[in-house]
Amino acid sequence: MTALWNEIPRHGKWLTALLLLVFIAAPLVVDRYLLSVLVLVLYFAYLGQAWNLLMGFAGQLSLGHALYLGLGAYTATTLWLLFGIGPWIGVFVAIAVAAAAGLIVGWLGWRFGVEGVYFALLTIAFAEFTRIGFDHLGLTGASGGLFLPVSPTAHDWWNLNGGVHLFYYVALILAIAATLLAAWLRQSPLGYRWLAVREDPEAAQAVGINVFRVRMIAMLISAGMTAVGGVFYGFYYRNLFPSQIFDISRSIELILGPIIGGLGTIFGPIVGAIILTPVGESLTTFMQSSGLNVPGAKSIFYGIILMIIISLRPSGVWPWLAKHLRLDRPKS
Amino acid sequence: MSGLLSVNGVNKRFRGLAAVSDVSFEVQPGEIFAVIGPNGAGKTTLFNMIAGAMVADSGTIHFDGRPIDGLRADEIAQRGIGRTFQIVKPFPALSVEENVVIGALLHTATIDEARMVARDILQQLDLSAKRNQIAASLTLPDRKRLEVARALATKPKLLLLDEVMAGLRPTETDRIVAILKDLNRTGLTILLIEHVMRAVTALASRILVLQHGAVIAEGTPETVLRERAVIESYLGVEEL
Repeated sequence: MTALWNEIPRHGKWLTALLLLVFIAAPLVVDRYLLSVLVLVLYFAYLGQAWNLLMGFAGQLSLGHALYLGLGAYTATTLWLLFGIGPWIGVFVAIAVAAAAGLIVGWLGWRFGVEGVYFALLTIAFAEFTRIGFDHLGLTGASGGLFLPVSPTAHDWWNLNGGVHLFYYVALILAIAATLLAAWLRQSPLGYRWLAVREDPEAAQAVGINVFRVRMIAMLISAGMTAVGGVFYGFYYRNLFPSQIFDISRSIELILGPIIGGLGTIFGPIVGAIILTPVGESLTTFMQSSGLNVPGAKSIFYGIILMIIISLRPSGVWPWLAKHLRLDRPKS
Repeated sequence: MSGLLSVNGVNKRFRGLAAVSDVSFEVQPGEIFAVIGPNGAGKTTLFNMIAGAMVADSGTIHFDGRPIDGLRADEIAQRGIGRTFQIVKPFPALSVEENVVIGALLHTATIDEARMVARDILQQLDLSAKRNQIAASLTLPDRKRLEVARALATKPKLLLLDEVMAGLRPTETDRIVAILKDLNRTGLTILLIEHVMRAVTALASRILVLQHGAVIAEGTPETVLRERAVIESYLGVEEL
């Protein structure tokens, strides 16, 4: 890890430190609304990192990460509601449940040669099945939803119950940890094997890489990490509906950050989240204040903005930004 | 069955077509063994069965005294067989060095160690100066050498080369021939499929000739290349 830090040029270290400082100090400066936007930025940066491991590194497109998000959220909240098991313990169960689901999806796909677009369809199908299943699961309130008690004045970090500041710092720690993990994995033998499998599975196999196993590990980590995001979601919003948490729009919104920011890069998911979340939020504000608030109008504008960014920077904003800030890896 | 690689009565059919029929041969440790034959003779199919990319319909393949037929390609690589692809398959978005590092990771525990192995091999193959270039940006001769470098990084006992000279200029061919001779001198056994006779005669200690999936001749270059069947089926056409 120290070797990684040493590889960053001096001004890059200053910029990283500055960015960290801004995020740590932000709650002292900004109001509640802005802070809640920043929570979303960090939340999407975190989930973007999780998804990017599977797509950006291992080259497997999942359009059904809502499955792991939802399983994580439902597992931890249900454990708390029914058995009084707190989220800090429940999160491990949530990781295990989502990772197991990921392994089933991965096994079914990769064992039987379901690749590319067909694999992506399989991931959507599993998220949809699960949504329908939870719609009828009485234990978790079925389609009527699951609710955690809300007490705005609570400062109960052990039960993840409190104001926006608590969740802000939890999200910050998650985003930092995910970024460090991604950076460490990228430089590990496993990371190199992921890239090999992404670039050419047949050639990867010819140098002794077990393609199936390497993809399964990517799925395991990605699904497990996404479940942690789901636990965060569940305790932050304190209400869960299968039609929302398992919806394909959840899957799509979490992959936009890394795509806009730069697939397969360490800072892409962060940059993507920093760009997209405020755009979405300010569009909402703009629509309301300008009287254009017809249903769907926001999505149209959001879509146009996405198209503009993608057509200008097809390989993502971060690679371009890194080049201009002279932060791309020095060629020794 | 004292050979490093012994292929016994291997068959492969694609629907009605016998791509490889009843092929047997042995590759001795330390030799350079060439498989030649006209296009469609079944050379690449044979090669793919040895490397685990295809499964033989019948027959056995032994490597280092153990059966390897039916193993996956990655398991065969782990046993000590390195291969190149006729249509080169670099990891395009990665640097030349990263390509070779990935090969070296088969037998090293850390990236630093793998990088040291990779740098040695890149040196051997005259690719050191280009190690930070993205593989997709290499010229064809460089890509062919990168294929060899990546396969070598897995520290194979047997190196399978599928037409590494195809599409190269004579000077480039001679360069690879010299590199392969050096590698062979250090004890590496090589099985090559080749169309470029200039390279085959310069390298091979023994030659196997395939036609329509069957062996029509086997022996030293001097004897094989004088055989009438070989000249008629192959050399007569190719040498034009």
